[in-house]
Amino acid sequence: MASYSTNEFKAGLKVLLEGDPCAILENEFVKPGKGQAFNRVKFRNLITGRVWERTFKSGESLPAADVMDLDMQYLYTDGEHYHFMKTDGSYEQVAASEAAVAEAKDWLKEEEIYQVTLWNDDPISVTPPNFLELEVVETDPGIRGDTAQGGSKPATLSTGAVVKVPLFIEIGDKLRVDTRTREYVSRAKG
Amino acid sequence: MDDWRPACSLEALAVRGEVLRTVREFFHARGVLEVQTPVLASATVTEPAVEAIEVPGYGYLQTSPEYLQKRLLAAGAPSLYQLGPVFRAGEAGRRHNPEFTMLEWYRLGFDDAALMAEVAELVDAVLGPAPYGSVGYAEVVERAPADLGADGLTPRERLDLRFAAGLDALPPGRWFVVDFPADQAALARLRPGRPDLAARFELVVDGLELANGYWELGDPAALEARFREDLAVRRRRGQREPALDRRFLAAMAAGLPDCAGVALGFDRLLMLRLGAESLAEVLPFPIDRA
Repeated sequence: MASYSTNEFKAGLKVLLEGDPCAILENEFVKPGKGQAFNRVKFRNLITGRVWERTFKSGESLPAADVMDLDMQYLYTDGEHYHFMKTDGSYEQVAASEAAVAEAKDWLKEEEIYQVTLWNDDPISVTPPNFLELEVVETDPGIRGDTAQGGSKPATLSTGAVVKVPLFIEIGDKLRVDTRTREYVSRAKG
Repeated sequence: MDDWRPACSLEALAVRGEVLRTVREFFHARGVLEVQTPVLASATVTEPAVEAIEVPGYGYLQTSPEYLQKRLLAAGAPSLYQLGPVFRAGEAGRRHNPEFTMLEWYRLGFDDAALMAEVAELVDAVLGPAPYGSVGYAEVVERAPADLGADGLTPRERLDLRFAAGLDALPPGRWFVVDFPADQAALARLRPGRPDLAARFELVVDGLELANGYWELGDPAALEARFREDLAVRRRRGQREPALDRRFLAAMAAGLPDCAGVALGFDRLLMLRLGAESLAEVLPFPIDRA
Protein backbone atom coordinates (compact mmCIF):
# COMPACT_ATOMS: atom_id res chain seq x y z
CA MET A 1 0.00 0.00 0.00
CA ALA A 2 1.14 3.55 -0.68
CA SER A 3 2.41 5.55 2.25
CA TYR A 4 3.40 9.13 2.95
CA SER A 5 6.48 10.33 4.79
CA THR A 6 6.24 13.24 7.26
CA ASN A 7 7.93 15.51 4.72
CA GLU A 8 5.00 14.90 2.34
CA PHE A 9 2.37 15.65 5.01
CA LYS A 10 0.17 18.57 4.13
CA ALA A 11 -3.32 19.76 4.92
CA GLY A 12 -5.95 17.62 3.23
CA LEU A 13 -3.83 14.48 2.85
CA LYS A 14 -5.75 11.31 3.83
CA VAL A 15 -3.85 8.75 5.88
CA LEU A 16 -4.54 5.81 8.17
CA LEU A 17 -3.84 6.45 11.84
CA GLU A 18 -4.45 3.71 14.39
CA GLY A 19 -6.65 1.99 11.85
CA ASP A 20 -8.91 4.96 11.15
CA PRO A 21 -8.91 7.15 8.04
CA CYS A 22 -7.87 10.69 8.94
CA ALA A 23 -7.39 13.96 7.10
CA ILE A 24 -4.30 16.00 7.99
CA LEU A 25 -5.24 19.47 9.23
CA GLU A 26 -1.83 20.87 10.21
CA ASN A 27 1.74 19.69 10.10
CA GLU A 28 4.41 21.50 12.10
CA PHE A 29 8.11 20.73 11.77
CA VAL A 30 9.85 20.95 15.17
CA LYS A 31 13.58 20.64 15.74
CA PRO A 32 14.71 21.38 19.26
CA GLY A 33 18.28 22.46 19.94
CA LYS A 34 20.59 20.18 18.06
CA GLY A 35 18.29 17.23 18.57
CA GLN A 36 15.98 14.92 16.68
CA ALA A 37 13.51 16.54 14.26
CA PHE A 38 9.81 15.90 14.80
CA ASN A 39 6.55 16.64 13.07
CA ARG A 40 3.61 17.65 15.24
CA VAL A 41 0.53 16.76 13.28
CA LYS A 42 -3.17 17.49 13.74
CA PHE A 43 -5.62 15.10 12.15
CA ARG A 44 -9.37 14.95 11.78
CA ASN A 45 -10.62 11.42 12.23
CA LEU A 46 -12.97 11.07 9.26
CA ILE A 47 -15.18 8.56 11.05
CA THR A 48 -15.68 10.28 14.40
CA GLY A 49 -14.92 13.86 13.34
CA ARG A 50 -12.61 14.18 16.36
CA VAL A 51 -9.32 16.05 16.13
CA TRP A 52 -6.23 14.03 17.04
CA GLU A 53 -2.74 15.35 17.74
CA ARG A 54 0.28 13.13 17.31
CA THR A 55 4.03 13.68 17.14
CA PHE A 56 6.24 11.72 14.76
CA LYS A 57 9.95 11.55 14.21
CA SER A 58 10.66 13.29 10.92
CA GLY A 59 10.98 10.71 8.18
CA GLU A 60 8.41 8.33 9.67
CA SER A 61 5.51 7.48 7.43
CA LEU A 62 1.82 6.59 7.56
CA PRO A 63 -0.15 4.44 5.12
CA ALA A 64 -2.33 6.30 2.65
CA ALA A 65 -6.07 5.94 3.24
CA ASP A 66 -8.16 5.08 0.20
CA VAL A 67 -10.60 7.92 0.80
CA MET A 68 -12.66 9.59 -1.93
CA ASP A 69 -15.21 12.38 -1.86
CA LEU A 70 -17.99 11.75 -4.41
CA ASP A 71 -21.10 13.72 -5.34
CA MET A 72 -24.05 11.37 -4.88
CA GLN A 73 -27.81 11.70 -5.00
CA TYR A 74 -29.84 10.83 -1.90
CA LEU A 75 -32.56 8.28 -2.73
CA TYR A 76 -34.31 7.04 0.41
CA THR A 77 -33.90 5.39 3.80
CA ASP A 78 -35.15 1.92 4.64
CA GLY A 79 -35.10 2.80 8.32
CA GLU A 80 -31.67 1.29 8.87
CA HIS A 81 -29.57 2.49 5.95
CA TYR A 82 -29.51 5.59 3.82
CA HIS A 83 -29.18 4.94 0.11
CA PHE A 84 -27.20 7.18 -2.25
CA MET A 85 -26.60 6.85 -5.98
CA LYS A 86 -23.60 7.89 -8.05
CA THR A 87 -24.19 10.77 -10.46
CA ASP A 88 -21.78 9.48 -13.10
CA GLY A 89 -24.51 7.62 -14.99
CA SER A 90 -23.56 4.25 -13.49
CA TYR A 91 -26.63 4.17 -11.23
CA GLU A 92 -24.34 2.50 -8.71
CA GLN A 93 -25.68 2.76 -5.15
CA VAL A 94 -24.16 2.74 -1.68
CA ALA A 95 -25.89 2.27 1.67
CA ALA A 96 -24.71 4.60 4.44
CA SER A 97 -25.15 3.76 8.11
CA GLU A 98 -26.88 5.96 10.64
CA ALA A 99 -23.45 6.96 11.99
CA ALA A 100 -22.17 7.96 8.55
CA VAL A 101 -25.10 10.33 7.91
CA ALA A 102 -25.10 11.72 11.47
CA GLU A 103 -23.87 15.17 10.43
CA ALA A 104 -26.30 15.39 7.53
CA LYS A 105 -29.32 13.71 9.09
CA ASP A 106 -31.35 16.89 9.51
CA TRP A 107 -30.68 17.84 5.90
CA LEU A 108 -31.53 14.75 3.87
CA LYS A 109 -33.84 15.56 0.97
CA GLU A 110 -34.61 13.08 -1.74
CA GLU A 111 -32.99 13.73 -5.13
CA GLU A 112 -30.63 16.34 -3.66
CA ILE A 113 -26.87 15.93 -4.28
CA TYR A 114 -24.61 15.29 -1.26
CA GLN A 115 -20.89 14.82 -0.86
CA VAL A 116 -20.33 11.24 0.28
CA THR A 117 -16.92 10.29 1.66
CA LEU A 118 -16.02 6.70 0.80
CA TRP A 119 -13.31 4.73 2.57
CA ASN A 120 -12.43 1.51 0.77
CA ASP A 121 -15.71 2.12 -1.13
CA ASP A 122 -17.78 2.29 2.10
CA PRO A 123 -19.53 5.55 2.97
CA ILE A 124 -18.15 6.97 6.22
CA SER A 125 -19.58 10.48 6.15
CA VAL A 126 -22.10 12.59 4.27
CA THR A 127 -21.86 16.35 3.86
CA PRO A 128 -24.91 18.34 2.77
CA PRO A 129 -24.62 21.15 0.20
CA ASN A 130 -23.86 24.51 1.82
CA PHE A 131 -27.29 25.83 0.82
CA LEU A 132 -30.58 23.95 0.57
CA GLU A 133 -34.11 25.05 -0.33
CA LEU A 134 -36.58 23.43 2.05
CA GLU A 135 -40.25 23.79 2.94
CA VAL A 136 -41.51 24.86 6.35
CA VAL A 137 -43.71 22.13 7.84
CA GLU A 138 -44.27 23.63 11.27
CA THR A 139 -44.02 27.09 12.84
CA ASP A 140 -46.11 29.34 15.04
CA PRO A 141 -48.35 31.74 13.15
CA GLY A 142 -46.50 34.94 12.35
CA ILE A 143 -47.66 38.50 12.72
CA ARG A 144 -48.74 39.71 9.29
CA GLY A 145 -47.16 42.84 8.01
CA ASP A 146 -44.52 42.89 10.69
CA THR A 147 -41.64 42.48 8.30
CA ALA A 148 -39.57 45.44 9.31
CA GLN A 149 -38.82 44.50 12.87
CA GLY A 150 -36.26 41.99 13.98
CA GLY A 151 -37.30 39.05 16.09
CA SER A 152 -37.43 35.41 15.16
CA LYS A 153 -39.15 32.12 15.90
CA PRO A 154 -38.27 28.46 15.37
CA ALA A 155 -39.48 26.67 12.23
CA THR A 156 -39.27 22.96 11.43
CA LEU A 157 -38.29 22.16 7.87
CA SER A 158 -39.33 19.19 5.76
CA THR A 159 -36.04 17.37 6.49
CA GLY A 160 -36.45 17.74 10.25
CA ALA A 161 -34.01 20.58 10.78
CA VAL A 162 -35.17 23.38 13.06
CA VAL A 163 -33.95 26.87 12.18
CA LYS A 164 -34.69 30.36 13.44
CA VAL A 165 -36.74 32.32 10.91
CA PRO A 166 -38.24 35.83 10.76
CA LEU A 167 -41.72 36.24 12.23
CA PHE A 168 -43.44 36.60 8.83
CA ILE A 169 -42.54 33.06 7.67
CA GLU A 170 -45.49 30.65 7.40
CA ILE A 171 -46.06 26.93 7.00
CA GLY A 172 -45.63 25.99 3.35
CA ASP A 173 -43.02 28.69 2.61
CA LYS A 174 -39.88 27.49 0.86
CA LEU A 175 -36.70 28.78 2.49
CA ARG A 176 -33.08 29.00 1.47
CA VAL A 177 -30.98 27.83 4.44
CA ASP A 178 -27.24 27.67 5.15
CA THR A 179 -26.62 24.10 6.37
CA ARG A 180 -23.23 24.96 7.93
CA THR A 181 -24.55 27.63 10.28
CA ARG A 182 -28.16 26.37 10.36
CA GLU A 183 -29.28 29.87 9.50
CA TYR A 184 -32.15 31.17 7.43
CA VAL A 185 -30.91 33.04 4.34
CA SER A 186 -34.05 34.09 2.45
CA ARG A 187 -37.37 32.97 1.09
CA ALA A 188 -36.83 30.83 -1.99
CA LYS A 189 -38.26 32.07 -5.27
CA GLY A 190 -41.11 30.16 -6.91
CA MET B 1 -0.06 31.36 -11.11
CA ASP B 2 0.94 34.11 -8.74
CA ASP B 3 3.93 32.31 -7.22
CA TRP B 4 6.48 34.48 -8.99
CA ARG B 5 5.69 37.11 -6.38
CA PRO B 6 7.63 37.35 -3.11
CA ALA B 7 6.07 35.61 -0.12
CA CYS B 8 6.99 38.43 2.25
CA SER B 9 5.65 41.97 2.09
CA LEU B 10 7.72 44.80 0.67
CA GLU B 11 7.69 46.23 4.19
CA ALA B 12 9.39 43.05 5.48
CA LEU B 13 11.93 43.38 2.68
CA ALA B 14 12.70 46.92 3.81
CA VAL B 15 13.04 45.84 7.45
CA ARG B 16 15.44 43.06 6.39
CA GLY B 17 17.67 45.61 4.67
CA GLU B 18 17.55 47.87 7.70
CA VAL B 19 18.39 45.06 10.17
CA LEU B 20 21.27 43.84 7.98
CA ARG B 21 22.70 47.33 8.29
CA THR B 22 22.08 47.44 12.06
CA VAL B 23 24.01 44.19 12.48
CA ARG B 24 26.94 45.36 10.36
CA GLU B 25 27.11 48.65 12.24
CA PHE B 26 26.96 46.76 15.55
CA PHE B 27 30.05 44.72 14.69
CA HIS B 28 31.84 47.58 12.97
CA ALA B 29 31.52 49.62 16.16
CA ARG B 30 33.09 46.74 18.12
CA GLY B 31 35.94 46.17 15.68
CA VAL B 32 34.73 42.70 14.69
CA LEU B 33 35.80 41.80 11.15
CA GLU B 34 33.22 40.71 8.57
CA VAL B 35 34.41 37.65 6.65
CA GLN B 36 33.03 35.54 3.82
CA THR B 37 33.83 31.85 3.85
CA PRO B 38 32.62 29.51 1.12
CA VAL B 39 29.07 28.24 1.04
CA LEU B 40 30.29 25.24 -1.00
CA ALA B 41 33.12 23.27 0.60
CA SER B 42 34.56 19.76 0.53
CA ALA B 43 33.61 18.68 4.07
CA THR B 44 30.56 18.81 6.30
CA VAL B 45 29.57 18.25 9.91
CA THR B 46 29.12 14.87 11.59
CA GLU B 47 26.23 15.95 13.85
CA PRO B 48 23.56 13.28 13.52
CA ALA B 49 20.64 15.72 13.60
CA VAL B 50 22.02 17.97 10.87
CA GLU B 51 21.91 16.75 7.28
CA ALA B 52 23.87 18.67 4.66
CA ILE B 53 22.87 19.03 1.02
CA GLU B 54 25.49 17.25 -1.05
CA VAL B 55 26.71 18.74 -4.31
CA PRO B 56 28.08 15.79 -6.27
CA GLY B 57 31.61 16.38 -7.49
CA TYR B 58 32.14 19.36 -5.19
CA GLY B 59 31.24 18.54 -1.60
CA TYR B 60 28.49 20.04 0.49
CA LEU B 61 26.55 23.24 0.91
CA GLN B 62 27.64 24.40 4.35
CA THR B 63 25.24 23.93 7.27
CA SER B 64 27.09 26.64 9.18
CA PRO B 65 30.31 28.61 8.59
CA GLU B 66 31.69 27.35 11.91
CA TYR B 67 34.57 25.15 10.77
CA LEU B 68 35.74 27.59 8.12
CA GLN B 69 35.58 30.54 10.50
CA LYS B 70 37.55 28.58 13.10
CA ARG B 71 40.21 27.81 10.48
CA LEU B 72 40.56 31.56 10.00
CA LEU B 73 40.90 32.05 13.76
CA ALA B 74 43.52 29.28 13.99
CA ALA B 75 45.44 31.10 11.23
CA GLY B 76 45.57 34.25 13.36
CA ALA B 77 42.46 36.15 12.26
CA PRO B 78 40.92 38.57 14.81
CA SER B 79 37.37 38.35 16.21
CA LEU B 80 35.11 37.91 13.20
CA TYR B 81 31.56 37.47 11.97
CA GLN B 82 29.79 36.17 8.91
CA LEU B 83 26.29 36.99 7.72
CA GLY B 84 25.20 34.71 4.92
CA PRO B 85 23.28 31.69 3.67
CA VAL B 86 23.52 28.19 5.12
CA PHE B 87 21.68 25.05 4.04
CA ARG B 88 20.10 22.07 5.78
CA ALA B 89 18.44 19.14 4.04
CA GLY B 90 14.90 18.20 5.02
CA GLU B 91 14.18 21.22 7.21
CA ALA B 92 11.05 23.04 6.12
CA GLY B 93 8.15 24.41 8.09
CA ARG B 94 6.85 27.48 9.83
CA ARG B 95 10.23 28.07 11.52
CA HIS B 96 12.51 26.28 9.07
CA ASN B 97 13.61 26.66 5.48
CA PRO B 98 16.34 24.56 3.81
CA GLU B 99 18.24 27.77 3.06
CA PHE B 100 18.43 30.45 5.70
CA THR B 101 20.60 33.35 6.76
CA MET B 102 22.97 32.70 9.63
CA LEU B 103 24.74 35.35 11.65
CA GLU B 104 27.73 33.62 13.22
CA TRP B 105 30.45 35.31 15.19
CA TYR B 106 33.54 34.49 17.25
CA ARG B 107 35.08 36.62 19.98
CA LEU B 108 38.69 36.06 21.04
CA GLY B 109 39.16 35.93 24.79
CA PHE B 110 35.41 35.72 25.54
CA ASP B 111 33.83 32.95 27.58
CA ASP B 112 30.17 31.94 27.23
CA ALA B 113 28.99 34.48 29.85
CA ALA B 114 30.72 37.38 28.07
CA LEU B 115 29.29 36.26 24.74
CA MET B 116 25.77 35.91 26.13
CA ALA B 117 25.98 39.54 27.25
CA GLU B 118 26.97 40.57 23.72
CA VAL B 119 24.19 38.47 22.15
CA ALA B 120 21.73 40.31 24.40
CA GLU B 121 23.14 43.67 23.26
CA LEU B 122 22.75 42.71 19.61
CA VAL B 123 19.20 41.47 20.12
CA ASP B 124 18.38 44.67 22.05
CA ALA B 125 19.74 46.68 19.12
CA VAL B 126 17.28 44.98 16.76
CA LEU B 127 14.23 44.25 18.93
CA GLY B 128 14.60 46.96 21.55
CA PRO B 129 15.76 46.38 25.11
CA ALA B 130 14.02 43.85 27.37
CA PRO B 131 15.04 41.74 30.38
CA TYR B 132 16.72 38.34 29.92
CA GLY B 133 16.07 35.33 32.12
CA SER B 134 18.26 32.31 32.55
CA VAL B 135 16.98 28.75 32.79
CA GLY B 136 18.81 25.43 33.03
CA TYR B 137 18.34 22.71 30.40
CA ALA B 138 17.02 20.31 33.06
CA GLU B 139 14.44 22.84 34.20
CA VAL B 140 13.22 23.34 30.61
CA VAL B 141 12.80 19.58 30.18
CA GLU B 142 10.83 19.37 33.42
CA ARG B 143 8.30 21.85 32.06
CA ALA B 144 7.21 19.40 29.36
CA PRO B 145 3.80 17.80 29.84
CA ALA B 146 3.80 14.11 30.78
CA ASP B 147 1.94 13.08 27.64
CA LEU B 148 3.94 13.95 24.56
CA GLY B 149 1.60 12.22 22.09
CA ALA B 150 4.40 10.12 20.60
CA ASP B 151 5.35 6.48 20.87
CA GLY B 152 8.34 4.37 20.04
CA LEU B 153 10.97 6.95 20.97
CA THR B 154 14.44 6.17 22.24
CA PRO B 155 15.34 7.84 25.57
CA ARG B 156 17.38 10.47 23.72
CA GLU B 157 14.56 11.21 21.25
CA ARG B 158 12.14 11.49 24.14
CA LEU B 159 14.49 13.96 25.83
CA ASP B 160 14.71 16.04 22.64
CA LEU B 161 10.94 16.12 22.37
CA ARG B 162 10.55 17.06 26.04
CA PHE B 163 13.04 19.88 25.48
CA ALA B 164 10.91 21.15 22.56
CA ALA B 165 7.73 20.91 24.61
CA GLY B 166 9.48 22.56 27.56
CA LEU B 167 10.54 25.52 25.41
CA ASP B 168 6.90 25.92 24.34
CA ALA B 169 5.96 26.00 28.02
CA LEU B 170 8.44 28.78 28.91
CA PRO B 171 6.78 32.11 29.72
CA PRO B 172 7.04 34.61 26.84
CA GLY B 173 10.17 36.72 26.88
CA ARG B 174 13.89 36.32 26.34
CA TRP B 175 15.52 33.30 27.92
CA PHE B 176 19.05 32.02 27.90
CA VAL B 177 18.98 28.25 28.27
CA VAL B 178 22.21 27.19 30.00
CA ASP B 179 23.78 24.14 31.63
CA PHE B 180 23.33 21.76 28.72
CA PRO B 181 24.32 18.19 29.63
CA ALA B 182 27.85 17.16 28.67
CA ASP B 183 26.60 14.71 26.04
CA GLN B 184 24.98 17.64 24.23
CA ALA B 185 28.10 19.79 24.32
CA ALA B 186 28.48 19.71 20.50
CA LEU B 187 31.64 21.84 20.08
CA ALA B 188 31.51 23.50 23.49
CA ARG B 189 34.08 22.80 26.17
CA LEU B 190 32.89 21.26 29.44
CA ARG B 191 32.38 23.63 32.34
CA PRO B 192 35.57 23.83 34.45
CA GLY B 193 34.89 21.91 37.66
CA ARG B 194 31.58 20.56 36.30
CA PRO B 195 32.42 17.87 33.75
CA ASP B 196 28.72 16.92 33.59
CA LEU B 197 27.80 20.30 32.04
CA ALA B 198 28.70 21.94 28.74
CA ALA B 199 29.66 25.61 28.38
CA ARG B 200 26.87 25.94 25.81
CA PHE B 201 23.87 28.26 25.71
CA GLU B 202 20.82 28.93 23.60
CA LEU B 203 18.78 32.10 23.37
CA VAL B 204 15.03 31.51 23.15
CA VAL B 205 12.72 34.47 22.53
CA ASP B 206 8.97 33.96 22.88
CA GLY B 207 9.44 30.22 22.39
CA LEU B 208 11.56 30.65 19.26
CA GLU B 209 15.12 29.26 19.37
CA LEU B 210 17.19 32.15 18.11
CA ALA B 211 20.86 31.45 18.86
CA ASN B 212 23.21 28.70 19.98
CA GLY B 213 26.63 29.47 21.44
CA TYR B 214 29.71 27.82 22.90
CA TRP B 215 32.76 28.61 24.88
CA GLU B 216 34.72 26.83 22.19
CA LEU B 217 36.53 23.55 22.56
CA GLY B 218 39.86 23.60 20.72
CA ASP B 219 41.36 20.26 21.78
CA PRO B 220 41.76 18.30 18.52
CA ALA B 221 41.76 14.89 20.24
CA ALA B 222 38.56 15.64 22.18
CA LEU B 223 36.94 17.03 19.03
CA GLU B 224 37.88 14.00 16.96
CA ALA B 225 36.48 11.71 19.68
CA ARG B 226 33.16 13.60 19.55
CA PHE B 227 33.07 13.37 15.74
CA ARG B 228 33.67 9.63 15.91
CA GLU B 229 30.83 9.26 18.42
CA ASP B 230 28.58 11.17 16.00
CA LEU B 231 29.58 8.87 13.17
CA ALA B 232 28.81 5.81 15.32
CA VAL B 233 25.31 7.20 15.93
CA ARG B 234 24.95 7.87 12.20
CA ARG B 235 26.00 4.30 11.41
CA ARG B 236 23.45 2.87 13.89
CA ARG B 237 20.69 4.93 12.32
CA GLY B 238 21.73 4.14 8.77
CA GLN B 239 22.57 7.77 7.96
CA ARG B 240 25.28 9.00 5.62
CA GLU B 241 28.74 8.93 7.27
CA PRO B 242 30.72 11.90 5.99
CA ALA B 243 34.52 11.87 6.13
CA LEU B 244 36.07 13.73 9.06
CA ASP B 245 37.06 17.29 8.19
CA ARG B 246 40.86 16.85 8.15
CA ARG B 247 41.58 20.51 7.44
CA PHE B 248 39.46 21.57 10.39
CA LEU B 249 41.18 19.08 12.71
CA ALA B 250 44.60 20.21 11.41
CA ALA B 251 43.66 23.80 12.18
CA MET B 252 42.66 22.79 15.73
CA ALA B 253 45.98 20.97 16.10
CA ALA B 254 47.72 24.20 15.05
CA GLY B 255 45.78 25.90 17.84
CA LEU B 256 42.41 27.59 18.16
CA PRO B 257 42.82 30.75 20.24
CA ASP B 258 40.66 30.87 23.37
CA CYS B 259 37.29 32.13 22.14
CA ALA B 260 33.52 31.89 22.31
CA GLY B 261 31.22 31.76 19.30
CA VAL B 262 27.54 31.87 18.53
CA ALA B 263 25.23 31.27 15.57
CA LEU B 264 22.01 33.25 15.34
CA GLY B 265 19.12 32.64 12.94
CA PHE B 266 18.85 36.00 11.20
CA ASP B 267 15.49 35.26 9.56
CA ARG B 268 14.01 34.27 12.94
CA LEU B 269 15.29 37.55 14.38
CA LEU B 270 13.30 39.27 11.61
CA MET B 271 10.24 37.18 12.52
CA LEU B 272 10.48 38.53 16.06
CA ARG B 273 11.06 42.08 14.86
CA LEU B 274 7.98 41.92 12.62
CA GLY B 275 5.80 39.81 14.93
CA ALA B 276 5.60 37.21 12.15
CA GLU B 277 4.18 33.73 12.70
CA SER B 278 6.16 32.10 9.94
CA LEU B 279 9.40 32.44 7.99
CA ALA B 280 7.33 32.92 4.82
CA GLU B 281 6.44 36.36 6.18
CA VAL B 282 10.11 37.43 6.21
CA LEU B 283 11.63 35.52 3.28
CA PRO B 284 11.16 36.89 -0.22
CA PHE B 285 11.27 33.43 -1.74
CA PRO B 286 10.92 30.49 0.70
CA ILE B 287 11.70 27.07 -0.74
CA ASP B 288 8.25 26.49 -2.27
CA ARG B 289 8.60 29.55 -4.48
CA ALA B 290 12.38 29.86 -4.75
